[in-house]
Amino acid sequence: MTILQKLIDFFTRTEKALKGVDRKAVDKQFASGKLTARDRINILLDTDSFHEFDLFVEHQCRDFDMDKKHLPGDGVVTGTGMISGHPVCIFAQDFTVAGGSLGLMHARKITKIMDHALKLGLPLIGINDSGGARIQEGVDSLAGYGEIFYRNTLASGVIPQISVILGPCAGGAVYSPALTDFVFVVDKISKMFITGPEVIKTVLGEEISMEDLGGARVQTEISGNAHFYAKNELECFHQIKKLMTFIPWNNRKKADPFPPDPPKGKFNIERIIPTQATKPYDIRDIISAIADNSDFFEIQKNWAPNIVIGFARLNGETVGLVGNQPMVLAGVLDVDSSDKGARFIRFCDAFNIPLVSLVDLPGYLPGIDQEHAGVIRHGAKLLYSYSEATVPKITIILRKAYGGGYIAMCSRHLGADFVFAWPTAEIAVMGPEGAANIIFRSEITQSENPDQTRKQKVQEYTEKFANPYVAAAAGHIDAVINPSQTRDYVIHALQTSTRKLEARPKKKHGIPPF
Amino acid sequence: MSTPNRMVVIDDTSYETEIPQKFERRKGYVPKNPKQVLGHIPGLIVSLHVKHGQKVKMGDSLMILEAMKMQNDVTAPMDGTVKVVLVSEGQKTRKDQVLLEFE
Repeated sequence: MTILQKLIDFFTRTEKALKGVDRKAVDKQFASGKLTARDRINILLDTDSFHEFDLFVEHQCRDFDMDKKHLPGDGVVTGTGMISGHPVCIFAQDFTVAGGSLGLMHARKITKIMDHALKLGLPLIGINDSGGARIQEGVDSLAGYGEIFYRNTLASGVIPQISVILGPCAGGAVYSPALTDFVFVVDKISKMFITGPEVIKTVLGEEISMEDLGGARVQTEISGNAHFYAKNELECFHQIKKLMTFIPWNNRKKADPFPPDPPKGKFNIERIIPTQATKPYDIRDIISAIADNSDFFEIQKNWAPNIVIGFARLNGETVGLVGNQPMVLAGVLDVDSSDKGARFIRFCDAFNIPLVSLVDLPGYLPGIDQEHAGVIRHGAKLLYSYSEATVPKITIILRKAYGGGYIAMCSRHLGADFVFAWPTAEIAVMGPEGAANIIFRSEITQSENPDQTRKQKVQEYTEKFANPYVAAAAGHIDAVINPSQTRDYVIHALQTSTRKLEARPKKKHGIPPF
Repeated sequence: MSTPNRMVVIDDTSYETEIPQKFERRKGYVPKNPKQVLGHIPGLIVSLHVKHGQKVKMGDSLMILEAMKMQNDVTAPMDGTVKVVLVSEGQKTRKDQVLLEFE
């Protein structure tokens, strides 16, 4: 062959591999509102920045007539590329090739790019769209999955790992996204479950649709398995690109700084926080008032809404925000919200993102269902994560901070570096009503007019304890600040803690209440 | 989110707030009745080993409940007399369905 012939041969082979198995499968993909694997990569990544690996990989299976089947790329597209100039490693399963089913070579392509991401210190993005294990390959498929999960775990906390569920992700396969840091789902396209509706019907006699069992809304509102919800694939890619601007490439770096940008509009606390302490407000209004460009990138917005987590920038630097949401369930902590907060705190700690906690909660949610669901061990996760974290921890107590809630929300005692309180803060062991009822119980019951005595005792307790000054007098907080200066105080705190070093006892790892 | 301006009471204080659907939909607590034998898993009653009025000892097999391809032996949780058997052979049962009651 001449060089020209070799080039032509190469182009022919490449074109054949890129075309996929058949046009019908591609049409079916578009008909269900989904894009093809290469479309997705090309839209998500910067234009022309994708370099594909392993285009010519072929499966080695000889059972069940598999040797007659030619599967281009073995059903997955892998490679490296750029997102907003950031290099990333990416894989996208190709549903048009054998239903995107995972065989051993398919899995090996993925594990190769995962190994690359780990060595090169680059974020890993995985687009999942697969019918599951390739039954014909038998245990080899299982081996493939196992190798992927193992690497997800080893890479956890070293490089950011993002899973994008753009099709079915069922059975064992769904454990890979579960092990990654952020899961993106799209309405009517994402389907995540361990056992699907058919098996559930056969074994248990319960009927449910795929969408109601493990669709995008279920995962972002009920189970908390997913972090971001999009109405279509394009919105999803937009969300991924935005997330990438807040997080570092790997755990040895900090997130890229941006030019500082003041919040939009002027901040007026009287307009946001109601005078009456039992009336709600939206904590995100406070966040908008202090964040750069009032830009708050919320995570898991629709699950456990009584706690709010997300990224923002302060003076150009990424911070992780955790705030109680008084607008939902009075901002209490419970099983789900503790879980939500704890995992986010650990991500920020792993990737050098300072934590800013906004506190306004009356305590934990009472209830038999909470207790039986294990609010004790789930609640402990929040305490554990905050205590373990060595990134700069800045806490601002806005209003109520009672009892266990006060401790759990990154108090000084859990190692917060800066604890500020607003004049509206109420740092106490309990709300005045409850406290007065307990402390002055005998006085109230023995009085001639119990209601009046109770009112009086509540008033006394409120005046004495429902403020930040008792805690301030004991040095439990660092300063009472003017709310309109919150942003300045936090930025100053961030600037003074860039070189923070905090030792921890030497250990292989702790034993968090999983 | 559901209707705004609902109340949540924590430590005798009422807070005005919104309640998410997950919280509203939660099942109330029903204490367990020790005289009832519940199906711990959905399945099929393969065979019944006791009748109304029969005396049994703790650990005696009451029936076989087939579920997840396993034959589960449902045993008596106490010594006593069977008041009523609420299922029949070949019947499909749900999780926590009352299978049998003791006197």
